[in-house]
Amino acid sequence: MQLKIKRGEKLSILLFLAPSLIGLLVFYIIPFGGMIFYSFFDSPINGSFVGFKNYIELLNNKIYRQAVYNTVIFTGISVPLIIVISLILAILLNKKVYFKHKLRTSFVVPLVVPVASIILFFELFFDSNGFINYLISKLGLTTIDWMNSNWAMVVVIILYIWKNVGYNIILFLAGLQNIPKEYYEAADIDGAGVLDKFFNITIIYLIPTMFFVLIISIINSFKVFKELYLLAGDYPHQSIYMLQHFMNNMFRKLDYHKLVTSAILMAIVVYLLVFILFRLQRRINDYIGG
Amino acid sequence: MYENKRVKLTIFLMLTALIMLFPLMMTITNSFMSNEEILSSYKTLSNESQKEDKSNFFSIKLIPENISIRQYYETLIAKHKFLRMFWNSVFLVTPIVAIQVLISSMAAFVFSKIKFKGRDILFFTYIVIMLMPFQVTLVPNYIVLDKLGLINNYLAIIFPGAFGAFGVFLLRQFMITIPNEYIEAAMVDGCSLIKIFFKVILPLSKGGIASLAILSFIDNWNMVEQPLIFLNDINKYPLSIYLSKINNMEIGIAFAASVIYMIPMILMFLYGENYLIDGISHSGIKR
Repeated sequence: MQLKIKRGEKLSILLFLAPSLIGLLVFYIIPFGGMIFYSFFDSPINGSFVGFKNYIELLNNKIYRQAVYNTVIFTGISVPLIIVISLILAILLNKKVYFKHKLRTSFVVPLVVPVASIILFFELFFDSNGFINYLISKLGLTTIDWMNSNWAMVVVIILYIWKNVGYNIILFLAGLQNIPKEYYEAADIDGAGVLDKFFNITIIYLIPTMFFVLIISIINSFKVFKELYLLAGDYPHQSIYMLQHFMNNMFRKLDYHKLVTSAILMAIVVYLLVFILFRLQRRINDYIGG
Repeated sequence: MYENKRVKLTIFLMLTALIMLFPLMMTITNSFMSNEEILSSYKTLSNESQKEDKSNFFSIKLIPENISIRQYYETLIAKHKFLRMFWNSVFLVTPIVAIQVLISSMAAFVFSKIKFKGRDILFFTYIVIMLMPFQVTLVPNYIVLDKLGLINNYLAIIFPGAFGAFGVFLLRQFMITIPNEYIEAAMVDGCSLIKIFFKVILPLSKGGIASLAILSFIDNWNMVEQPLIFLNDINKYPLSIYLSKINNMEIGIAFAASVIYMIPMILMFLYGENYLIDGISHSGIKR
């Protein structure tokens, strides 16, 4: 239901919207348009039109490809993983347990703790002379140079899950609490098993939440750069050199073309992803609802 | 039987929770270790030559041998650089949160309660912008800030932060749950939209506004990329940047500095945990 607005009030609607809209236009939308325009020129000042040349050069760049590959691998592994882990934890927290509130709090705390103040711990933990390697050597196994080998990806995934699992747990808990208890009771009467109830009730009614969790998890997977940057700096081991490193470094080097074109390509991918997910969600909702 | 299961489940969750809290606990307990104790425990971290010795592990300790608070004194009093950066953080984050709350609540009111042409497409645009990684919006931001001559000015960080789309999204999700009857009743009484906004919408959105303020504060207190790119003057850097450099150079006081840095966050969390959780839960609700 929407409100009916009197004609004279049209102006005040604009007044309410204007500050936010102007800010968004000035700082995001208009310059983004300009950026797209100039990505087809060889120089932002007095340049000549070069078509897709800048894009082709970027796509042929080895470092860019490596960064795309790493970002896709990281997001592709860590997002499904965090969704499964947070769903399991949310379901367990939703059962009858002691200290429910306190437990939930402990999962949310990492969200609040500033990264910069916890990064020292992770350095000590995963250093080649650090705590994990100490345990490994106690077991008589060969130690791992965590941050300077392909294992670095594992460290990043652990850091990502540690930091973000709480957010997803809250979202799933809210979703779980919205499922009417009667559904489970009815299923019990029908003699449904635990797995039946999980797949036919829990999962189905969590689908809307799932979409949101998926989007948030993907976005947070891009944000892991902050932690990564503090942990490993501008040039980490090549297996964890992400798109964001690439773009940051292109900015430092003032390589305008590579920066702008990769920003545009990333924006297109994020846009398509969100668009497809929203469409898919509407389809599935219609399907369940109707 | 049931009781037994409940105990087992609780123990399992407590162990998992312990893992989650471990980095925090270790940072806090280590902050009470003296400079010397930290250096002797973790000396190899900043010393490359000793790294060659693969059997020379750190002795990570949860409990300090002697409790010392001198590092706190050193960080807070002896190093006035630290305090200045703490205030830098405060001066950067407070205006972002304040402006964002004001602007977002106005726009969210319109998006949640008033139908107009192109509203849904416009709101979708907000969502897409909200979801863009910082590095994507960095170039557009930089172009404008450079044109406005704001580089190396705090406004270069405050403006893009305050005009971000997240606040509008979050508050719209809250305001949409306010029953229309309240607004209709006010309209029948002859209230203007402006009056409705201040007398009806804002008081009923207190929870949403609190959760936006907390979430935005957390996000901005943590900022790393923006200062590195938009500020040239190291003296203007907030604490988040300083801490990332302190770790290797002055490891003796790094834990104490870390704890001081997280205190505002922890206090805010203890005070506003329910708002925070409420805010996140609302952000997930469809429509």
